[in-house]
Amino acid sequence: MFPLEGPPTGPLGPLLPEHLSEFVVGIILFFIIVLAAWKIVVPRFEKIYAERSDAISGELDRADQAQAAARAALAEYKNRLSTAEDEAAAIREAAKVTGAQIHAELAAKAEAEADRIIATARVQVDAEKAQAMESLRKDVGTMATVLAGKILEESLDDDARAMRTVDTFIASLNQA
Amino acid sequence: MANGTAGLTLLDSEVPVFDISIFESRPLFPSQTWLACHEVGAGACPAKMPWTDIWLTNHIAQAVIAAALVILFWLIVTHRPKIVPTRRQWAGEFLYNMLRNGIGRDIIGDNYHKYVPWLVALFSFIVINNLFGETFVFMFPTFSKVGFAWALALLTWVLYNAVGIKTHGLRRYLKLQTIPDGVPKALLILVLPLEILSNFITRPITLALRLFANMLAGHLLVVIFVTGGWFMLSQVKNLAINAAGVVALIMSFAIFALELFVGFLQAYIFTVLTAQYVSSAQAEAH
Repeated sequence: MFPLEGPPTGPLGPLLPEHLSEFVVGIILFFIIVLAAWKIVVPRFEKIYAERSDAISGELDRADQAQAAARAALAEYKNRLSTAEDEAAAIREAAKVTGAQIHAELAAKAEAEADRIIATARVQVDAEKAQAMESLRKDVGTMATVLAGKILEESLDDDARAMRTVDTFIASLNQA
Repeated sequence: MANGTAGLTLLDSEVPVFDISIFESRPLFPSQTWLACHEVGAGACPAKMPWTDIWLTNHIAQAVIAAALVILFWLIVTHRPKIVPTRRQWAGEFLYNMLRNGIGRDIIGDNYHKYVPWLVALFSFIVINNLFGETFVFMFPTFSKVGFAWALALLTWVLYNAVGIKTHGLRRYLKLQTIPDGVPKALLILVLPLEILSNFITRPITLALRLFANMLAGHLLVVIFVTGGWFMLSQVKNLAINAAGVVALIMSFAIFALELFVGFLQAYIFTVLTAQYVSSAQAEAH
């Protein structure tokens, strides 16, 4: 019953299909499978592959963006820091200059004030001196006259009395 | 088998051992004609049999079921695919990647995409039919029926020649395929027939025969080890032969495992060679 043992079946011998149906059905089935693979299976795989590679490259893009943002922030920060340092230096410099200026101004002002006070004091002193001289000049005669009268009123031989008179006079001077 | 041949006592000479008529297709719904000519002692069947005896056989049914299973498998593994694959999807992708990248891209090259469905169909259809030789229900490799092997080989032959003609035009394709570069004119008389023979005639024949012969021989080997081992173990009154039967049965498992491997290997080889032929058909230089 084994086909290989059967009578020779033409030039192909055992390589001739037992039935033509095998050959025809084989071709038809294969075409059906190719059709299913071509229209359904392969597109499904390729679609998910494309989605997957999109997702992966999307992740990479997002990571790149994040990295770029971080780099930008760092640059910005450094930039600001150096600006701030420059600013601080400028401010310090300005303050130094201003301080020196203020110091000089104050010193000048104080000197001027001192000069002014000195001048005023001098004027005052001069005025008072003039006034004193004036009053001395005016009073000395009077006082001498008064003193001489007093001296003449008292007895000149009583030393104690004379002394008292002088004292009284001086006291009255003081009171005047 | 006569009783007591070669000094051995057979227990039951009626047992039909080495019945390898399993390689013959059986109708699913045998006609009276078929039953009549398959009775013991009946003559040869008439040349023209009812169509049901030829078109509705167990092996045709097996091939149809294989095709349905292949399509079902691919539909299941690609059902609602995820970007992060599930286990089911991963298994499908593993196989698909092997065919798409391992065979298609690596062998065919740049425009491999349009041939991927062909390679997927080819490999999966062959491998499942080969596995039928080692799995329950069928226990028969479909491609040990030579007609199926011829069918796929013919399709591959048509494919690669069509690709070649479409890429280069008929005249240029024939020239590229038959006249290798740098061969002296005097040698062409020798080379030309050889190239024609190898590129257009032996390619499809070897493709079909390699698959068919591997599956037939492998299955025959399994059948012989199993039935022969069983015969030597249970049907002969001789301890040494019984022991040999046990060894044969144990060996049959190894042969069985080998057949599983060969089934995969033949499907892979058929697919790789198809890709190779397509690649050489569209190549610029021979």
